[in-house]
Amino acid sequence: MEIFKAQNIVKQFANHLALDKVSISVPEGSIYGLLGPNGAGKTTLIRIINQITAPDSGELFFKSQKLRSDDIFQIGYLPEERGLYKKMKVGEQSLYLAQLKGLSRNDALKRLKYWFEKFEMQTWWNKKVEELSKGMQQKIQFIITIVHEPKLLIFDEPFIGFDPINTNLLKQEILKMRDKGATIIFSTHNMGSVEELCDDITLINLAKTILEGPINEIRGKHKSDVYEVTFSGDPDKLQSALNSNYKIIEKKQIDRLNTVKIKLHHHTTNNELLSLIIPAVQIISFYEVIPSMNDIFIKVVENSK
Amino acid sequence: MNKISLIIKREYLTRVKKKSFIIMSIIGPLLFASFMVVPAWLSQVEDKDKKIIAVIDNSHIFTNIIPETEYLKFEYLENTTVGEIKKIFPETGYYAVLYIADIITYTPSAIQLLSDKQPSLSVRMHISNAIEKEIERLKLKAYNIDDLDNILKSIKTNIRIQTIKWTDDGKEKESSTEIAMVVGYASGLLIYFFIFLFGAQVMRGVIEEKISRIVEVIISSVKPFQLMMGKIVGIALVGLTQFLLWIILTFLIVTVVKFAFFPEFDNAPVEQVITEDILSSSSLQQAQPINDEAMEEIRGLFASIKSINFGVMLGCFLFYFLGGYLLYASLFAAIGSAVDSESDTQQFMLPITIPLILAIFVMINAIQNPEGQIAFWFSVIPLTSPIVMMVRIPFGVPYWEVTISMIVLILTFIGTTWMAGKIYRTGILMYGKKTNYKELWKWLRYHN
Repeated sequence: MEIFKAQNIVKQFANHLALDKVSISVPEGSIYGLLGPNGAGKTTLIRIINQITAPDSGELFFKSQKLRSDDIFQIGYLPEERGLYKKMKVGEQSLYLAQLKGLSRNDALKRLKYWFEKFEMQTWWNKKVEELSKGMQQKIQFIITIVHEPKLLIFDEPFIGFDPINTNLLKQEILKMRDKGATIIFSTHNMGSVEELCDDITLINLAKTILEGPINEIRGKHKSDVYEVTFSGDPDKLQSALNSNYKIIEKKQIDRLNTVKIKLHHHTTNNELLSLIIPAVQIISFYEVIPSMNDIFIKVVENSK
Repeated sequence: MNKISLIIKREYLTRVKKKSFIIMSIIGPLLFASFMVVPAWLSQVEDKDKKIIAVIDNSHIFTNIIPETEYLKFEYLENTTVGEIKKIFPETGYYAVLYIADIITYTPSAIQLLSDKQPSLSVRMHISNAIEKEIERLKLKAYNIDDLDNILKSIKTNIRIQTIKWTDDGKEKESSTEIAMVVGYASGLLIYFFIFLFGAQVMRGVIEEKISRIVEVIISSVKPFQLMMGKIVGIALVGLTQFLLWIILTFLIVTVVKFAFFPEFDNAPVEQVITEDILSSSSLQQAQPINDEAMEEIRGLFASIKSINFGVMLGCFLFYFLGGYLLYASLFAAIGSAVDSESDTQQFMLPITIPLILAIFVMINAIQNPEGQIAFWFSVIPLTSPIVMMVRIPFGVPYWEVTISMIVLILTFIGTTWMAGKIYRTGILMYGKKTNYKELWKWLRYHN
């Protein structure tokens, strides 16, 4: 089931077109990546999903029904530019924001206490926000975003400002929430985290969708039949062992280890390749080069220009 | 709890708990109370010192002529000179020495008041009044008019004009222009300050949310309009609380001070007390006839204070404070949403400050001329009406004028709130753009 669908969203600002018939379809219980260069239109789309702005045309569906204003109670949003009331106390503020999301005061209190204990933040409850460091404030905001257990979570650049330990913590929580049935949309430039977490993605550039689908498929499509072999031995021997069906496209040598990238032509298989080079050199590792999301991102965006 | 109430509650509580609010709540009443209590107290203290003035009258005209009061006595000395008294002055206990030359001319050295202290103005006035009167009397006498004393007594007149207002229900009420002026000024100024004080708080709150970026989180939970209204209403409640606290605390302080420091006045009615205070401070004036006249004047003042319908005043004050505040607060909210920092607000503040300051100037005119054209128009134009109309009310304003003024004010603040809502909605997410009026106009026309 799709938990969220946007169809042909158009949004025009005074001088520029932010979204030009963009559609996304988010399967329930998945982690969905919303990617794109700066200024592509991601934040605009996110604001439309959160009903902060409305599209000029196009339709939005939440759980197969038209998006209603009540639906925000089931959506959690962590914006890219985030902040809190500096002079307000942490506990009081968290309660306030949780209640705005529809929780009763008692409920909010219970759940916040749970999360604060889980992340070992209890001592912060009575402190003013300005007394805490930026990283601490981000943690608080993360909790505020998820405390009402929304079915759909939207994170805009969630990992900015977190150290590696907290980044990892955050990733674990995201995966846990997915396992409990929530759906997560997240927008980021950090392609590493996209590969780690996302199931599907949409890549937007210049107000249009230029790539979408499950990550595995996309990476699969961009495969180019290249294998990387690390070996010890004589590179020339390897070279001569190959026939015209194989082409060495890259060579590297570090100490006594050599690495080559070999491109296969269509009708050959990697087993055949292996059988050719095993006699020639000592193989240390052998794997298919699957392009990273980073590479794909760059390639696709360049091509779309 | 619905969302706007949540927002109102938060806006209210955060501001009411602040130290600055508590301090303001205490300082205000202290100031008011001191205005009322201190002068009365001071005048008492001042006059309890007995002053004895030695008189060396070389003309021998004024012996026993100068009237004495409870605190001011005169001792007429013979056969001494100023020089001799001066030598022993500290031991004599005299307040001062009054020297009158043998021939009274109009040079200052003809009559001198000598002392090691600075004799007060009232003592000097008392003495010069007495001497003037005596000289006038002597001069008149020189004309040899028969029965001079009785003639003088009979021509003495004292006119006090009693102002009576015809009220709408045909009654007559004694009124006082002075009291109406004071009440008018006070309410006009109060409204001016409150609008500025609390309107600016709205603006600052909006800017704070914008700068800290929390606004984006909040408007994923509520509509921008709800946030704006919640803030405006919450701060209105803070203003009303402040006003209420002031009234209660002022009343408490005055009552406490009265019981603590002037217990002997416990059983006397308030009017009597204050009347006595005022009279004793002017005890250095002429005695009996003036006392009656002053009593009459002051009694009239109290009658007219009672004639001002405080119920109506309070009701109108609340209405115009709220109406004026709502109008200006929405404008302040719009400005706050359009800028990125407090320093950028300057260019927009001007058009808002001008009508308010104009209202103050008109207020001064309206006090002299509450029925005039200027007063009328400016008490209807919604930008200035909260201040100017409040000034007119103690003087009495026809019902239809007040009604029109109120309706116009209500319609206008609904309009400005709607307008501000549109600007606010776009402005709070807009950063980095240098806004000017053209931009704001564009935002007005955006759809969602």
